[in-house]
Amino acid sequence: MGRSLKKGPYIEERLLGRIEELNRTRQKKVLKTWSRRSTIPPEFVGHTLAVHNGKKFIPVYVTENMVGHRLGEFALTRTFKAHGQAEKSAATPTGKS
Amino acid sequence: MARVAGVDLPREKRGEIALTYIYGVGKSAAQRVLGTARVDLDKRVKAWSDEETARVREILERELKVEGDLRREVSMNVKRLMDIGAYRGIRHRRGLPVRGQRTHTNARTRKGPRKGVMIKKKTTAAAPAPAAAAAAPKKAGA
Repeated sequence: MGRSLKKGPYIEERLLGRIEELNRTRQKKVLKTWSRRSTIPPEFVGHTLAVHNGKKFIPVYVTENMVGHRLGEFALTRTFKAHGQAEKSAATPTGKS
Repeated sequence: MARVAGVDLPREKRGEIALTYIYGVGKSAAQRVLGTARVDLDKRVKAWSDEETARVREILERELKVEGDLRREVSMNVKRLMDIGAYRGIRHRRGLPVRGQRTHTNARTRKGPRKGVMIKKKTTAAAPAPAAAAAAPKKAGA
């Protein structure tokens, strides 16, 4: 269920303010943020934000396609653990015999 | 012969059902189309007159995105998610469920057939796990 349109998108006020400041002064700086829940507004395009993933800040370069998504979607919180390598090396000798 | 939106032509079925053979048309969309085309929902496709068929075809093409166009749109949406590196895109890339379902068990629709851990048996030839079975034909072909 999406958020009510009446309320408009949620964007961390301070973050938006800081970005607008950068836009006004034509600067590009990496801004650290913990606000993973913020929706990405068009103002953010072209900036790089360091989004916290609970442990580190993940640099996220915002492109036009990302508008409307949330910052947290681009800074993964989980380490992906797959079986891959061990299984493959185990499978090859058996396949040969 | 009713040929609507490309290749689809189921003849013996009621119009309402027959239209759902088109990718992107479910029962309610089928009912809506037949309603605006003023064709009885229970009328079989083989019984449609030429102008009824034409009306159905025209309305369907005007109002709905179906078959190839729809498939393309869906895959473009998925591709977009993958390209921007969003969480959902990564789940698509890995072939895992996208909407937060559990993956400890189940999720077989997305993950495909089980890839079991190979159990070592004393008779080496008697233990071909699915992974080994899949690897064998590749070797035979090469």
